[in-house]
Order: sequence, then structure tokens, then C-alpha cells
Amino acid sequence: MSTAADDTLRTADGVPLKTSLRRATARRRVRTFLLVVPILAFLMVTFVFPVVDMMFRSVDNQIVSSVLPRTTLAIQSWDPGSEELPPEFVYEALVLDIQESFKDKTLGRAGRRLNYEKSGVMSLFRKSGRRAKRITEAPFKDQVLAIDERWADLETWQLIHQESSALTESYFLSAADLRVDYKGEISWKAEERRIYLFLFYRTLWMSGLITVFCLLLGYPIAFLLATLPPRHSNLLLILVLLPFWTSLLVRTTAWIALLQSEGVLNDLMVFLGFISDDGRLQMIHNKIGTFVAMTHILLPFMILPLYSVMKTIPSSYMRAARSLGASPFTSFVRVYMPNTVPGIGAGCILVFILSIGYYITPALVGGRTGTFISNIIALHISETLNWGLAAALGVILLALVLLLYFLYDRIVGVANMKLG
Amino acid sequence: MPPPLHATHSERAWYYSFRTLCVLIFIFLIGPIFVIIPLSFNVLPYFTFTPEMLSFDPAGYSTKWYREFFAEDSWQKAVQNSFLIAVFATLISTFLGTLAALGLSRPEMPFRKTIMALLISPMIVPLIISAAGMYFFYARIGLASTHVGVILAHAALGIPFVIITVTATLVGFDHSLTRAAASLGSSPTRTFFVVIVPLILPGVISGALLAFITSFDEVVVVLFVGSVEQRTIPWKMFSGIREEIRPTILAVATLLVFISIVLLTMVELLRRRSERLRGIRS
Amino acid sequence: MRWLLSSTIVAAGVALAAGSAQAVDLTIVSWGGAYTASQQKAYHDPYMAANADVNIINDDNAAEGLAKVRAQVESNNVTWDIVDMVAADAITACDEGLIMEIDPDTWLAPAPDGTPASEDFFAGTLSPGGTNCFIPQIVYSTTFGYRTDAFEGDQPSTIADVFDMEKYPGKRSLERRPINNLEWALLADGVAPADVYATLSTDEGVQRALAKLDTIKDQVVWWTKGAQPPQLLADGEVVMASAYNGRLFSAIAEKNQPIAMLWDRQVFDLDGWVVPVGVKDLEAVKAYLYFATDTQRLADQAKFISYGPARYSSAPLVGNHADLGIDMKPHMPTDPNNAATIFDFDYVWWADHRAELDEVFNTWLAK
Repeated sequence: MSTAADDTLRTADGVPLKTSLRRATARRRVRTFLLVVPILAFLMVTFVFPVVDMMFRSVDNQIVSSVLPRTTLAIQSWDPGSEELPPEFVYEALVLDIQESFKDKTLGRAGRRLNYEKSGVMSLFRKSGRRAKRITEAPFKDQVLAIDERWADLETWQLIHQESSALTESYFLSAADLRVDYKGEISWKAEERRIYLFLFYRTLWMSGLITVFCLLLGYPIAFLLATLPPRHSNLLLILVLLPFWTSLLVRTTAWIALLQSEGVLNDLMVFLGFISDDGRLQMIHNKIGTFVAMTHILLPFMILPLYSVMKTIPSSYMRAARSLGASPFTSFVRVYMPNTVPGIGAGCILVFILSIGYYITPALVGGRTGTFISNIIALHISETLNWGLAAALGVILLALVLLLYFLYDRIVGVANMKLG
Repeated sequence: MPPPLHATHSERAWYYSFRTLCVLIFIFLIGPIFVIIPLSFNVLPYFTFTPEMLSFDPAGYSTKWYREFFAEDSWQKAVQNSFLIAVFATLISTFLGTLAALGLSRPEMPFRKTIMALLISPMIVPLIISAAGMYFFYARIGLASTHVGVILAHAALGIPFVIITVTATLVGFDHSLTRAAASLGSSPTRTFFVVIVPLILPGVISGALLAFITSFDEVVVVLFVGSVEQRTIPWKMFSGIREEIRPTILAVATLLVFISIVLLTMVELLRRRSERLRGIRS
Repeated sequence: MRWLLSSTIVAAGVALAAGSAQAVDLTIVSWGGAYTASQQKAYHDPYMAANADVNIINDDNAAEGLAKVRAQVESNNVTWDIVDMVAADAITACDEGLIMEIDPDTWLAPAPDGTPASEDFFAGTLSPGGTNCFIPQIVYSTTFGYRTDAFEGDQPSTIADVFDMEKYPGKRSLERRPINNLEWALLADGVAPADVYATLSTDEGVQRALAKLDTIKDQVVWWTKGAQPPQLLADGEVVMASAYNGRLFSAIAEKNQPIAMLWDRQVFDLDGWVVPVGVKDLEAVKAYLYFATDTQRLADQAKFISYGPARYSSAPLVGNHADLGIDMKPHMPTDPNNAATIFDFDYVWWADHRAELDEVFNTWLAK
């Protein structure tokens, strides 16, 4: 103890107390962090990597250069802006590439990739693959042109030149209804091919309206729950939670039973004489179906945050306003409602986030006009097989969602999320 | 609860119309779920009430869709798969989630907010994106079309629910209790089991039940990651709705509603018990 | 909870034990509903009866067949053994090296009279689009059915009637894809059958077809699975629907629904087996295919569903329906009374234009 020249506090083994405390804190921090290491590792492998990996598909373009390695290299020396076809050695490279890739059956993959940009490339490749076997010596160019006149089309070569690089922006451009030509100039797609911006827009405005519906229906319920004595409100809260705990498919099935043209609601209205048997209303497989079913499904996500905020507003606020002479309406609008704004914010963002990513319900009740961007992503994954485009659309959707999630975290704090 | 006696006429009118509005909203909320119960006993293969049903003619009712459900192999296989996958997914997400929640509730946790946001993200990221990512990635590592793959995917989706409920239980947790236990000579392990576990157990079980129902109801990821061998009840329902709509689906839906009611009741009882234990009075 | 846990663990144990036995599992992917049922009765059941160690698992996801085969092959994780595919998809899959090339005379049984398989299957059907990965099973037709109680007086009889909302009002159901719909729209609009694909190869032609479809767009319920249109007709949700002829047969003859066939401009297509590259047990797959595509088995399938077997030698063996006893021949799409105005479907053209027209069609659909 006395050996210390300075007068810092030290522990029994002579380490300055500050250092020792800092070390202890650091050790505790590390020990605490160890508690979350397993879950982080688990989520990385099962969730984060898969999502990131899929996102990479939106720019990945190695297929053309790996199937046609010689051609994509040779064509670099050709100017796509020139009015002339590529020189002989490019055709020679093409013949070798086609012969090889036709044999190991990879030619079709490159054909399909390029077919996304220009229809007919697939058949050109298939035809060329079958005929190119016979070409063994120069002049390559003339023989290739003899296979199909599309090899004399500048556009074919401009496309190959454009898609030679390992990364592409064309999926993202497609996802925004844009296209790029060989000069790198970006322009709108033809009118009849523009769809994705329209679908994003529809997803957003329909989700917005669903959020408004949820707020309009959820606010009175949350208010009722918050003002009733606990004995009653607990019972009613269970009624709010029951849909939350009930399978999404059960709820969607229920709406199909209610809304379809031979369904319960139409039968009821025919029975009551509101509509004729021939004039049954179309309430499903269109926007109405999506609005009704989605509002129903997301309503608990609005009520719960509203309720948890309203619960904390003392009833004395309203009484004070009344005693100061405000009418019930004024005191509600001027005193009560401003206090519920955090709940409104939390509920609206949560409902909106969940809504714009919905897939199952629009797929089952949305029909042609009530489907969302998720449905077209699913279509590109499992039907049209355009995985790059699906990934690009997914990245845009994910960016939107994460932006809103960030907002939510700022406004509410993720840590304050409650589920009943 | 009637309006107070001193209320004016307009206040009374407002009071009753508000109550009526609330009743209507509750009908919207709950009605559809209960409508399918009588429909599932329809003797005819329709999704609506027949005149016989409305006149309470016993001949209009039948339990044949339930018999069909219990007799059909593919439904029984789906029930087995649903339970198998949900139970194992729940075990994984509950174990990992509880461990993490314990860490997250301590003030010394580094990067607390970021980690929290990451752990909640499986609930926020649109399911179609998670499912598509898993579809490609799991296939590459040999997990696609296996029970293990679906279990791991569902465990990831269940994690946010465990984290949210368990951290909520720990918000009111008094850390002086563990220090008190330590000062009385209790080892950390003993403290954990004797002091912490009883206090957080209701939260853990609630989280586990939420994780269970998440997996039990999940359909998008199963559709992508699984194959016919992993078909679950929601999988069968989804393809059933898209193909041949038979009232068997309504029978299954009715059974699922009862499962939901049972689980919800359990969670409610646990929540009350937990609040009592922690001395929170509602 | 404990009960649940223990029962699940037992179930898991049973599942594992079953998997480790010597049995061979064959996962066969097909189209579900009445079609899978006919394959079950004609192929699977007799094959499993003769081979006790084989267990056939039906997967009804053939509609997503090409996508899933591609995902499985590209990731080296092939869990499907045999997939039922239409010819156009088989061309694409074969071009991309996703499915195996087949030598007909070693893989497939000869006809009873000794004719080798390569000559016994309908000419050209073993090599659609110049590929050689496809084993045809049936010729099926996509055509229309209508409710017999929907219209008074004249019943619809031509493809133009499908588009005639004034004379035949009511909802229609069409498949949610461009294939067939664009052709029918042009035919109804007066394009000669021989000019249909030349017209569709131009942007104006596609727009003309879509404009014709626009006239009924609001009245169409779009289907995606083969089982839907007969169901929609039976439920009265629509009055006319395009459907696979065998599904309509099953609704009309087996379930006695008030539906009739409209054969005008029916579209023939081929459906058959393909084998993904990298299947686990190729010998088991080949043994099954040898059995299931022989002359008798193909003829047997026609006892359960009205599709035409793809072998010359099977045609004379097509007889009566197995349960109903009715003669199947008049229900076959190839029967002269039904086949007067067949539309000549070009699957090679579609293999080339599918991607582009899917995009145009989906855009049109969403707006």
C-alpha cells in the first residue's frame, strides 16, 4: 500500500481501482454478450445469409460470361455503336463457345437470360447450337450468318456486348419499368410493359387505406378497452386477441365463405331482398376482398399499441378539461387525442409495414386487381423463373420496409413492442 | 355499465351510439371466425347456409367433413408434420430467445438496440422475401425439402415473439434480487434456477406459445422450403383453397379455432399469474 | 405440453425408423385431383402391388414443376424422382440441362408386337423441339365447358360464343396465363387458324388478342390449377370455363354435373414424364418408367380419365370406364366428332415466346 508513489486508489493486488473496475465491467460486458452469441449465429445462418444471398441475385450476371467466355472477351474490342458487324474472330469465338456449351447443355441457360432482354434469343441459341456442330473451319462469319439471319442483326451483338459483365443493372431497371440500350441510355419501357411501378404504387395506396381502416375501427375499440373497468376490459381484450391467435388461413377461409358470390353475405342480401339473385355482388377476387380481409387480419396490430398508450392516460385529464368548461367533444379532441398520438404512430407504422409485404391473403382473395407486389415476386420465383427480377423487386420492397422499420424504431423503439 | 345518471340527452345519445359502434366492430372482428363453425357441419359441399340448416333441420347437418379429415391419410400426415415442426421450432427459438433476452435486459449489454432490432427483423421482413431467400440458400446447403430445414426456418421466425415477451417480463425485473441472492452465498447457477426462472417462466411460456402458433400457422416458408413430405395443415389448407374448395377445410379451420382458444386462455392465465407474482396490479 | 412433446418425439422416431428401412421411396410429381387419381389407379397401385419394396409418394406441384426442378438441380439437391411436364416446359428444361436425356429403346418397353418404343409413340412426340428428354404419356386437350342450365335456347358451340357476352352472358373462367387464351382470342376475332402464330409474333397481333380479351376481362375468374374450373362450373360461380378435357369429363360423367363440352378449337398438347438430372436412385426410376409407359398401362389410364394414350399400340386397347362402364371413345378429344376443328398448338413457338408474353400478359392482367 505504502509503495505507491501516487495517491490513486488500488485494489489489494496493486492494480489501480479504476483499471480493475474497467476490466470487471469489460468482462461483464463480454459475458453478457456471450448470451446473445448463439442466437446471432443462428439467425445469421438461417435468416440473414439467405436473404442477403437472394439479394445478390438481383445484380448477378455471370451466366452469360461463363457460358460464352470467349465471345464475351472477344467482343470487348468491338464498338457497339459502330454500324458494322463484329469481325471474324468474334464469330470464331462464338462458334467454339456454342459448340462447347451445347454439348454440356449450358447454352439454354444463357439463352434464357438474354431472352429476358430480347425475345427470340432463346430460339436463336437453340437453333445455332444444333447447327454449329458442323462448322469446323473458317470462314466462321459467313457460316454463322447462314444459320440464322439474326446473327446479322446489330441488336443481337449489342445485347451480348451489354450483358458481358459479371454484374448487371438491368434487373433493377426492369423492376422500375426502365430499360437500358447498348449506349447506356436509360428509357421507359413500352407502355404495355410497364407494370412494377404501378404495382408498387397499388401496394402502397392499398396498404395506406387498409391502415386508415384499421385506425378508424381500432381507435374506438382501444378507447373502450382503456376506459372500461379492468374486469370487463380483460374479457374484451381476449376477443381482440383471439383473431390474432387464429390461423391466418382460417380467417382468410372465413372471408371466402362470407364474401363469395354464392356465399353467406350474398345469400343474406338476396334473402332480405336487397339484391336480386342475378345481381349478386362481386366482393371477393378483387380489391374489396383484399381490403376487407386484410383490415380484419391486421386490426389487432392497431388495437394493441393504441390500447397500451391509452391505458396510461389518466382519466383525470378529461375530467379537468370538462371542469374547465370544455364540451365533451372539445375535451376529447383537444386533450385526449393528442395524448394518443404515439399509439396512433406505432399502430399505423406497424400495420403499414406488415401490409405492404403481405402475400397469402391477397393471393387467395385479391383476384386480378387486389394483389400486391409480393404476389408478383412469388410469380417470378415459381412460374416465370426470372429470379434476378424477383430479387430486384424484393430488394426494393425490403428497402421500403426497413426504412419504415427504422422510423418505427425511432418513434416507438423496437424494445417497446408488445403483443397483448 | 349504463351512462352516469347526470348525463345529458346528447351525452346519452352519444354514449349509446358509441357502444353500438363498438359492438359492430366486435362483430366484424369475431363474427367471421365463428361463422365457419356451423358451416363446417353443412351436409352439402357448399360454403354457405342451406335452407335446411337455417330451419335447424337435423338432416341439414352432418359431421362427415370431420370424418373425412380424420380418415384421410394426407391430412393426418399434415397434422403430424405440423406438430413435429412446431414443437422443435419452438424449443429452439425459446431456448435461444430466452438466453438472449436475459442478456438484453442487462444494462451492460453492448450494441443493445442494434441487436434487438436484428432479432425482431424476422417478424418485419416480408415473408415472401425470407421464404425466397431460404428457398435458394437452404437448397444449396442441403436443407431444402427436409424437416430440419423447415424447423430451422420456423425457429428463426419464432425468435422475435420469444424476445418480445421475455424482455417484457424482464422489464420489471428487480436486479437487486440476484445481487441479494449472491450476497447470501448462492452460486450464479443456483440463483438462476431458484430466483430468475420462477419470475420469468410465465413470460417464457407465453413466448413459447407464440412461437408455437407462429410455426403452426405458417404457410409461405413451408411452401417454398418444404416439399410434399413436409406438408403441414396450413399447406394443405392453402392448396385446398386454391383447388377444390371442400368443407373439410372448414372442419379443419374449426378445430384450429379451438386450438387457438386453448392457447390464448393459457397465455392469459399465465399473464395474470406473472403480474400477481411481480406485484403488478391491474 | 409434456404429452405433446412425448407424442411428437415418438412420431419423429417412427418417421426415422420408417425411413431407414430398405424401402425405395419414389416421389412422383403430377397435377393432382382427378389426373393424379387416374395415374394412381393405372400406374402406381399395380406397380406397388408388384414391387412391395417400392413406396410411391404423390406430389401435386407439377404446376411449378419447371421452377422447382431448376432450383433442385442448380443446388444439387434433387428430391423429386419423376416429374409430369407438358412438352413446352420439357423443351426448356432439356435445353438447360435440367432433365435427363432418354434413349427410348432401352428405357421404354416395346409394343406387344415387338415394335420398338421409338416407333410406337406418336411420331415426333419423343423429341419435341428437337430435344430428347421427354417420355409422352397422353395427348390431352384444353377446351371449354359450359353450364347446360345457364342459357335458354341456343347453347354455345363455337369459340366466338365464348367472347359473345350479349348472347351468352355470365362469368367465364380462363387460365391465368397467355398460352391458349391469346390464340383463342385471335380465332374468335376472325384470324385464320394457320395465321395465328404469325399474327402473335408481332406486337400488333398481341395487342389485337388482348383487345379481344378486354371485351370479357371484367367477367373472367382466372384459374391456376386444373381442378378449379370444373369446381367453378359446378358451384355456378361461372357459366363457361376453359379446362383440361379429362377434368370436365370427370365432372360430367362421374359427378353428374350439369356441364357440357364445347370442343370447338380445342388445343391438343402433350404431357409426359421427365427425370431431373441427379436423381438419387436412377435404376428404381427406370424400372418404374419401363412399367408405367408400356402399352397396357397407357391404355389403362384411359379407363379412368378421358385422355388419349400416346402410343399407337395403346389406342385399340382403350375400352370402357373402369367404374361406370361407359365407352370412353366418344369422350376422347381425338374422337372424330370432337376433333373436327382442332387448333394446331405450337409448343416450340411458346418455348421461345413464353417469357416475353408472360410479361405482357401479366401487365395487361394487373391493370
